[in-house]
Amino acid sequence: MSIVTVQLGQCGNQIGHEMFSALCSDIRGTHGLCSKKENESYQDSCKERFFCEEESGVPVARAVLVDMEPKAISQTLSMAASSGHWKYHSHSHFCQKQGSGNNWANGYSVHGPRHKEAIMNLVQKEAEKCDRLGGFLTIMSMAGGTGSGLGAFVTQCLRDAFPTSFILNHVIWPYGTGEVIVQNYNSVLTLSHLYHSSDALLVHENDVIHKICARLMNIKQISFRDVNQVIAHQLGSVFQPTHTAGGGSGYSRNPLGDLLEPLVPHPEFRMLGLRNIPQMPESSLAFSTFSWPGLIKHLRQILIANAQMEEGIDWQVRPPHPGSSISSTNKPLHFNTSIANLVILRGKDVHSVDLGSFQDPSLYTSWLNPQDTFNAWKTPRAFNKYEKSASLVSNSQFLLKPLDSIVGKAWNMFASKAYLHQYTKFGIQEEDFLDCFTTLEQVISSYTNL
Amino acid sequence: MTQSVVVQVGQCGNQVGCRFWDLALREHAAVNKKGIYDEALSSFFRNVDTRSGDNGPDMYKGKICSLKARALLIDMEEGVVNEILQGPLRDVFDSKQLITDVSGSGNNWAVGHKMYGCQYRENIVEKLRKTAEHCDCLQCFFIIHSMGGGTGSGLGTFVLNLLEEEFPEVYRFVTSVYPSGEDDVITSPYNSVLAMKELNEHADCVLPIENESLFEIVNKIHQMINSGKLGSTVKQNSLVTSSAGSAKTLQEKPFDAMNNIVANLLLNLTSSARFEGSLNMDLNEISMNLVPFPRLHYLVSSLTPLYTLADVNVPSRRLDQMFSDAFSRDHQLIQADPKHSLYLACALLVRGNVQVSDLRRNIERLKPSLHFVSWNQEGWKTGLCSVPPVGHSHSLLALANNTCVKPTFIELKDRFMKLYKKKAHLHHYLQIDGMEQSCFSEAISSLSDLIEEYNELDATKDGPRIEPSRLKIAV
Repeated sequence: MSIVTVQLGQCGNQIGHEMFSALCSDIRGTHGLCSKKENESYQDSCKERFFCEEESGVPVARAVLVDMEPKAISQTLSMAASSGHWKYHSHSHFCQKQGSGNNWANGYSVHGPRHKEAIMNLVQKEAEKCDRLGGFLTIMSMAGGTGSGLGAFVTQCLRDAFPTSFILNHVIWPYGTGEVIVQNYNSVLTLSHLYHSSDALLVHENDVIHKICARLMNIKQISFRDVNQVIAHQLGSVFQPTHTAGGGSGYSRNPLGDLLEPLVPHPEFRMLGLRNIPQMPESSLAFSTFSWPGLIKHLRQILIANAQMEEGIDWQVRPPHPGSSISSTNKPLHFNTSIANLVILRGKDVHSVDLGSFQDPSLYTSWLNPQDTFNAWKTPRAFNKYEKSASLVSNSQFLLKPLDSIVGKAWNMFASKAYLHQYTKFGIQEEDFLDCFTTLEQVISSYTNL
Repeated sequence: MTQSVVVQVGQCGNQVGCRFWDLALREHAAVNKKGIYDEALSSFFRNVDTRSGDNGPDMYKGKICSLKARALLIDMEEGVVNEILQGPLRDVFDSKQLITDVSGSGNNWAVGHKMYGCQYRENIVEKLRKTAEHCDCLQCFFIIHSMGGGTGSGLGTFVLNLLEEEFPEVYRFVTSVYPSGEDDVITSPYNSVLAMKELNEHADCVLPIENESLFEIVNKIHQMINSGKLGSTVKQNSLVTSSAGSAKTLQEKPFDAMNNIVANLLLNLTSSARFEGSLNMDLNEISMNLVPFPRLHYLVSSLTPLYTLADVNVPSRRLDQMFSDAFSRDHQLIQADPKHSLYLACALLVRGNVQVSDLRRNIERLKPSLHFVSWNQEGWKTGLCSVPPVGHSHSLLALANNTCVKPTFIELKDRFMKLYKKKAHLHHYLQIDGMEQSCFSEAISSLSDLIEEYNELDATKDGPRIEPSRLKIAV
């Protein structure tokens, strides 16, 4: 099944480009470490998912590029084309001139309705090119105006036009200390709206990725390109083909469905965090070896201790004792309770890995059937030069604190009524803000009481 | 990509404007190697096919033929504009973009605003419409003027009003040069306060500039160059310090160096809208992020570095110094100290080889020493533009919405009251058709209200931070 990617705004387009680059370079690489047959099957599956074949033989990304001003898209298109290995379809982009001015209301209430037809036409064309449509992936930031506001509107349109398709929103959360002054308003408006039309939100936080670049990748002068490449690697580790447990011998044919159905059992809980290990500079890869037990142990502790990466994990945190009736207030502090988890393993000797530690019921909230809480995908085909790679997609309290912080700051600003005139002039009123705050406080409360 | 139109009014406005166009051409010449008319150029210039004469059609693509500035030059005296038209920039301006008269405004806001405003209204509207028609997507008008005289101040704010009426959707950014205390124009306080009311009500953003600050900065640069302390590390031909290499003849005029700084301000402000970068910052974003309440739209600006360093691979220390300088008192373009006042919002636009980690490191470093208003503790807007200014490897423009503008306004009010109490020179104004005493009382009232808003914010500065309680959800 194929996934159509919609890249929204500067961030969405920059990341989308890195993602397709990473996917393409992965399948072209010779580091598969598996049988030729396996490798070919992997390549075919990835190509079907993300690329379309053109007569020239150069794979064309199944993507629609949207932005309200031209510079980011034009850079993205030319970078892709100059790689020589893949490109975007020459007509699959929509652009305006003015930008959204970091104004969610402008993106949502003005640009959205105005350009709905043109954008949805492009999406329809891409969808029709797929033999079987597996769903949509949108990439956007929530701090600005286009990715956030127009992105929320487009997500709604996707839901209306494709009511039975899966929609996964990949959302970038901005640095806590400002990229945009009104980022918290834009974030609150985006998240609350996405909650109503999307199936799930897969989140990357700039602060976290930045730390990975600094401490694990040893990059001295970190650029947005570096950050985006780490994000692309993590996305690739989730979206590249794998075998699911019950899927027979072939690669999974329903990537989004297989991801979303087990991870989002309840509509109130849609926030997915992503962790991937190991992560290191390419130059160190040749000198490092990993063991699966070590990786699994670290990944599990990252999960339960709510760690952001493989450094600085708090090993003191332990799951609560099984058997005792634990209310949420009695649970050990800092323990990250999960609703559902998905572990994805790629590389040498995956078949031998024991994932029992992830199936421990004490990791999970009590109201779900234990069998439904954990899933694993595997493939012997190594990913992106890492001999072994383990990813965790988790519906847990990972994002609770950052969400609470964003809502808190937005509320603080809202109470003073600062900047509201910028939104009301485009049709978003105070009551609309209040509705959004209410939605998110509800989400925060639900996750807190796990 | 969008276009902007520059409206330069009065002597000061036109002199600064002239420096701006000169620098803009140099900047684009340095970046645009192939001579193709591209989107970046189109933001400020039209490409006209002059083979069929001056009225040739606009060429939207292809080789650069003849660049014409998207500008309107307005002055009620002919001296300055004539000089521009005889100078090396004469081909950049179309005779149809000029509005001049002979006798000037006599340093009288009422003459500029009421008399000439009325007289030239239709002419101005027509020419503005023409310029707008040449734009594919007009985003912003930049008005450049001084506050203390008659034309820039009076007619300039009249044009501001017109722009709001005729082009309500287009942003209005005003660069205003405020008079200093020792200004030799006696009535400058009147002119400035009357103009302030218009700025309060009709501008989207105002960038106040004070000549004293520009003068001090220029002096400092000369000292540094002459003292030889920085030796070979200081290049003398940066866009900021000199007009060397520009299309100018012999001697520099006295105000040229100062005007260069203002011209650079405008170039840097629009750089991220014209050129690519990893985090673009367009003009509408500046207005969105820096104006929390409609009337509080006065932005204090600072530019660094003001001289070039010889080594291109600048070590972090030097880069960090650039950030520190941007917040120091002597780099601000008005006499103000933002560090000791209250920030409502702050924007940093970096150009050149600077990455997000450099930006973050410096924000973290500087944040503790700055006071931000309680509801905007992390109020930073940032932009990264890949193209550095000519002669520099990187640069930083800081725009602050900060209560440090208050003293400037209070002084202005005091100088106004000194004259007004004695009704000095009032008759020169009141004898103009359309001018009444109420114009004065409304203007001073508008200024007082503005000062009061800043006072209220300042009062919150050292007080306890009470965070509003969050919405409670029934579990």
